[in-house]
Amino acid sequence: MVENRPWLAFFTHVVLLIGIAVIALPIWITFVAATHDEIRMTQVPLPLLPGDQFWANLKATLFGRGLSGTETAPVWRMLFNSLVMAMAIALGKIAISLLSAFAIVYFRFPFRMGFFWMIFITLMLPVEVRILPTFEVVAQLGMLNSYAGLTIPLIASATATFMFRQVFLTIPDEMLESARIDGAGPMRFFFDILLPLSRTNIAALFVILFIYGWNQYLWPLLITTDQDMTTIVMSIKQMLEAAEQSPQWNIIMMTALLAMLPPVLVVIFMQKLFVKGLTETEK
Amino acid sequence: MAGIVLDKLKKSYGGTEVLHGVNAEIADGEFVVIVGPSGCGKSTLLRMIAGLESVTEGEIRIGERVVNGLEPAQRDIAMVFQNYALYPHMSVRQNMAYGLKIRGLPKEEIDRRVEEAADILEIRDYLERKPRQLSGGQRQRVAMGRAIVRKPQVFLFDEPLSNLDAKLRVQMRLEIRRLQKRLGVTAVYVTHDQVEAMTLGDRLMVLNGGRSEQFGTPIELYERPQTTFVAGFIGSPAMNFLPATAEGGEVVLENGARLPGGTGAGRVRLGLRPEHLLADDGGPIRLQAILAEQLGASTLVHGTLEGTDSALVAALPGTRAVTEGEVLGFSVAPAQMHLFDGEGRRIG
Amino acid sequence: MLKRVHFPASALPYLLVAPQVAITLVFFIWPASQALWQSMLIEDAFGLSTEFVWFENFQALFEDDQYLGSFRRTAFFSLAVAFLSMSFSLVLAGFADRVIRGATTYRTLLIWPYAIAPVLAGALWVFMFNPTLGIVAYGLELLGYEWNHQLRGGQAMALVIMAASWKQVAYNFLFYLAAMQAIPRSVIEAAAIDGAGPIRRFRTIVFPLVSPTTFFLLVINLVYAFFDTFGIIHAVTQGGPANATTILVYKVYNDGFVGLDLGGSAAQSVILMVLVIALTVVQFRFIERKVEY
Repeated sequence: MVENRPWLAFFTHVVLLIGIAVIALPIWITFVAATHDEIRMTQVPLPLLPGDQFWANLKATLFGRGLSGTETAPVWRMLFNSLVMAMAIALGKIAISLLSAFAIVYFRFPFRMGFFWMIFITLMLPVEVRILPTFEVVAQLGMLNSYAGLTIPLIASATATFMFRQVFLTIPDEMLESARIDGAGPMRFFFDILLPLSRTNIAALFVILFIYGWNQYLWPLLITTDQDMTTIVMSIKQMLEAAEQSPQWNIIMMTALLAMLPPVLVVIFMQKLFVKGLTETEK
Repeated sequence: MAGIVLDKLKKSYGGTEVLHGVNAEIADGEFVVIVGPSGCGKSTLLRMIAGLESVTEGEIRIGERVVNGLEPAQRDIAMVFQNYALYPHMSVRQNMAYGLKIRGLPKEEIDRRVEEAADILEIRDYLERKPRQLSGGQRQRVAMGRAIVRKPQVFLFDEPLSNLDAKLRVQMRLEIRRLQKRLGVTAVYVTHDQVEAMTLGDRLMVLNGGRSEQFGTPIELYERPQTTFVAGFIGSPAMNFLPATAEGGEVVLENGARLPGGTGAGRVRLGLRPEHLLADDGGPIRLQAILAEQLGASTLVHGTLEGTDSALVAALPGTRAVTEGEVLGFSVAPAQMHLFDGEGRRIG
Repeated sequence: MLKRVHFPASALPYLLVAPQVAITLVFFIWPASQALWQSMLIEDAFGLSTEFVWFENFQALFEDDQYLGSFRRTAFFSLAVAFLSMSFSLVLAGFADRVIRGATTYRTLLIWPYAIAPVLAGALWVFMFNPTLGIVAYGLELLGYEWNHQLRGGQAMALVIMAASWKQVAYNFLFYLAAMQAIPRSVIEAAAIDGAGPIRRFRTIVFPLVSPTTFFLLVINLVYAFFDTFGIIHAVTQGGPANATTILVYKVYNDGFVGLDLGGSAAQSVILMVLVIALTVVQFRFIERKVEY
């Protein structure tokens, strides 16, 4: 910066560190809760420093049957469900959006704009505003309590389609011309040229969509009643309800840690792609 | 190997016609340059030959085949694009091999052809690199290599040198010419640069407003331009045009000066190339100087025809100091006077 | 919009758009039109017969104090979340922008809450503020302030606002920092040469220059607070106490799935749809303007 005053730089760092502390506090409390035993977690005041029960809690959480007194699927099973859901939503959205963007940009055909607007409309219809009728459709199709029901209704994506359309439009026309002279047909061009040229965009979008898929809450809440289909994110709410009777905050908070870990790791370790994905889908 | 025939070729977008019936016969192994200002339709014409634009009317034949309805890949052509259009995610080798792979050639044959082309173009050392790791000139070579490996009947070039700096452009120009002669492939080359056109082409087609103004060898175009457009476009510095009257084997200028030579009668436009004006103190063409550009080997004197507002430029050999307002005399050989009628067509 | 060259016409493009279009029709357009249709029906108490009643459901909603109250609460909640989260992020981004080395480290440490599901965010905050056990509630008690969001509506609202804002700081910070880093250094340096100190520069140069981002984030934050905070409400308060935190999205869910009032829930859905459409239009208008810059 312009000024070169040490106290100013010092003050800057202090403010930022306070900001980080405020942001990190809830996670710290969660982490601490996950490192103490059940008894300690019922004594006021609760601890502020980590205890030594982390591994015991982890083991109990991952392989136990959830909270004592409630019947939930084992946590590893819920983690697996969440993983399947997140992957299917992310990959599904990417696949169908790539295909429709390809059709809309590289072909001229009747109703092209009609399809474009139809996809655009999905932007204005989040699950929250069509909860009941969508639930009914899924129920009629017999897709309740299935991975298909969890994922397929969520994989239409105007945002992703628009993003890929934007990406394709920036690819020079000469790529297509050159490929045509080389004798590449449409699908060959799509797989050999377009996909490799869009791969960073695909990766960036994947990061965003994985987080989106993993964190789905309302939708799984509606269409899964079978405990074996529960996702890890949903289970927190069930545990909070159970906590009214038997507070086992060490297990609840360990579950919360496990539930947030995958998407948080994705953000931290793929930060570049994450930032790219966030800023590009908003264009 | 094959020649190309363009037969009354027309192209319209929506209701607007951009090519108004272009005819040409290009011989096998010939290097033809299509030259013209931007927007004249030259790229459209080339892209029609390539099959990237549909033909509205007329016929394109490559060899004996009518190719109007054929896909680009079936036309046995190769094209070098202005921005090279290399696939950025493929190595040089993969770029050159891609078309062959699609055609289903055996791997050994592909490798053989790629390496052969790489040797010709001296890009063997870069085969495993990606396009972004190459300089402009090297990319240009790869683009040509991609065309060569296909062993096409026709090379199409769409302003391939316009992204290079001036020095490299001269060098690549020579290489393209040498390569085409060596391979003996018919080539059609589009450019807006008349120097490039003159040096490269066996024959030039000057295209203006979607019409072919003249199709001939560079010397024909220089010595006997058929229209004022061709006359003004070919040659540097550009030809002077002066309003004049032709009468009884003489051309009378605005200021009354009389030049022997010329045919016809009535109002004409007289075209004089700056380099054909010979310094002659008593000569009939009087130039009132405004300023001089010293180019070293020659001096360009800019001014007006004395007593008029008509601009006149003369090229003098060597260096020559000129003061503003100074009047210089010139004469011109009758064979180097070009007369055009009111529509801009050549007389005689 | 369109490429200069195209592949020749065939059935292929239809096959390519088919999956997307099928999903859109089955899971978006059809249910949305169902909601429209149902919003004009009234079912009798036993679900035996339905009657088409035009806009009666809507009329009933706008005469219903609970619904209007929910509308007001949603507005307050959304604006509070947007304001709290954006101002916190703006200040942090302003400081982070001053850091030459380590700005990315700070960014990393601030953006990860984006990845946490709203319902988890809710769980974390409700744990900290648990009236009997929560560490913050305990701290407040030591200070002489009694915290019980299970009984006090105001505190419940404050808690969901804090949880929702906390989660959104990451997003806002990221966009503010990017906007600030996009301001040419020379502009800042010119202001410094003109004698403007850091605070003045922030107020008179940086803040006005990031105003397009502010507007953009305002829309995004409102949409977030409207629709993405269901999980937080569901985990923290279940809309209570006494509906003090029942925002519109929560009410649609509650009336439809718990109260089983089909017509009323559908009418609420339609109203929400209108709100999303309005916000989307505003957003796209703005983005078009952004292109001109």
